[in-house]
Amino acid sequence: MSNIIVIAEVREGSLKRPSLEAVTAAQQLAKGSGGHVVAVACGHDLDAAAGELAASGANKVVTIEGATFAHYSGDAYAKAVAEQVRTHDGAAVLMAHTAMGKDLLPRVSALLETGVITDVVDVTCDDGVFGAKKPVFAGKATLTVKATKSPFCATVRPNNFAVASGGDGAEIAKVDAPSGDLLSVVKEIIAAGGDKTPLQEAKVVVSGGRGLKEPENFKIIEELAAAFGPGVAAVGASRAVVDAGWRPHSEQVGQTGKVVSPPLYFAIGISGAIQHLAGMRTARTIVAINKDADAPIFKVADYGIVGDAFEIVPALTKAIQEVVASN
Amino acid sequence: MDIVVCIKRVPATDTAIKIAADGKSIETSGVTFEMNAYDEFALEQARLLKEQLGEATVTAITIGPKEAQKEMRGTLARGADKAVLLTTEHWVYDGASTAEALSTWIKANPAQIVLCGKQATDADNNQMASNLAARLGYGCVTEVSKLELAEGTFTAERDIEGAREVVTCKTPAVISCNKGLNEPKPANLKSIMAAKKKPLEEMPAELPDAAMEVVSLELPPPRAEGKIIGEGADAVPALIELLRNEAKAI
Repeated sequence: MSNIIVIAEVREGSLKRPSLEAVTAAQQLAKGSGGHVVAVACGHDLDAAAGELAASGANKVVTIEGATFAHYSGDAYAKAVAEQVRTHDGAAVLMAHTAMGKDLLPRVSALLETGVITDVVDVTCDDGVFGAKKPVFAGKATLTVKATKSPFCATVRPNNFAVASGGDGAEIAKVDAPSGDLLSVVKEIIAAGGDKTPLQEAKVVVSGGRGLKEPENFKIIEELAAAFGPGVAAVGASRAVVDAGWRPHSEQVGQTGKVVSPPLYFAIGISGAIQHLAGMRTARTIVAINKDADAPIFKVADYGIVGDAFEIVPALTKAIQEVVASN
Repeated sequence: MDIVVCIKRVPATDTAIKIAADGKSIETSGVTFEMNAYDEFALEQARLLKEQLGEATVTAITIGPKEAQKEMRGTLARGADKAVLLTTEHWVYDGASTAEALSTWIKANPAQIVLCGKQATDADNNQMASNLAARLGYGCVTEVSKLELAEGTFTAERDIEGAREVVTCKTPAVISCNKGLNEPKPANLKSIMAAKKKPLEEMPAELPDAAMEVVSLELPPPRAEGKIIGEGADAVPALIELLRNEAKAI
């Protein structure tokens, strides 16, 4: 028993990028365990997603398809996936730490009578013992664990592993989704308006805080994010402005919001409370713009500019537009 | 209707974390503990559901040290009719153990609705609701920010990446609550006084062997000391230069 199972996420027909990052994490484990990587996807009409998975470097792809699986059902997907983990002798099960991953893998782990660790940034397999590292206390500390029950289950934080590619076409097996009663089922997905880039998957996060003075002034934050081009940047917000009702909670970065680790993070008009720092300190490059030179945010920022955000941000937006146009 | 609310006592979110001498847990001396921030939404939702239904019993339950009596007394002041403290002296980092111990209690005291916070702000595991639901054979919706209860079923909304998802689910069910679901109110003096007369049961938690073992708990490596590169819009060209050639971020 040494195979590594990846539960791939398919939403409305398309394979989600963090699932391919989970394949890379699985390959890392398979090197240690000596097993194969088996990607399992649930849904309806999965040919395109299965093809992508087969080309990702997974050794085998299993799709569980049928009309009952057209929309996500935590209980039904979990039963079907747990059965595939048993069939394929899974020693470990990975899934991306997304809204679906957080919902599904704990359920699968319980059916397999084992544990699960979530939001991991690294996975290991030494002498057949699986382990993982994960940020706790919103990143204020890092916990390293080893599994004492089998299979080992973990959700993998997006933007931490490279996207898997370069497979030479794995075998694809189709399994029929079971019919029957679902306890829960997704009825509708309401797009957040426009083509919003998910905060935790964005390559660039531009966050604003109290320093922007008025909710309307978030326009300069949105414009800077837009300057990076479609699908690149997302808008974030501090807890203070979310609590004040300026921005939705879905944009909150920090301990009671989202923890992000994009390659590039902008903190604009954010002083840098410990709560906020916890949510973004693992970003690769941090830029801070604040009028107070003593603001704690400058202690973690790789590059800081002191001054009026209303002068600096529009100039920065223009400069980024020029860079993007010339690239 | 019986409603159970799962609570966790955690360090306050503004705590600066220090590692204990064992290298596997946090130094707790001088740390202020509080009810997990997301549990506030679960507790308030239980109170609102009781109001809506007219008749319901709300039981708050936790697994934690004896000191969690303070947080559990607090739940009684904010709408719970009864509180249960399953005691343990260790920090339970293993969600599977917690889920198993909670499911054992709930199986003996069945509920139609089990509410919990979407995650606890210590281990940040975000796994309790669906883990528990699987053990109970209940339906489950996680990270809920809108909820409408009907007979034997409910409709919930949750944030997913770049969109909102509308989910229908049968009861009994476990629901994990996100910020935005409601606006928790602090307890008033009258309810704090009334809470003193409500039952708070205490018994040892029956925790199974953990599925994970802690190897270490460490502070993250410090970031390199930040630097201020200039003032005002004049510093923008220097920033662009650094982002391009030093950080290679654009």
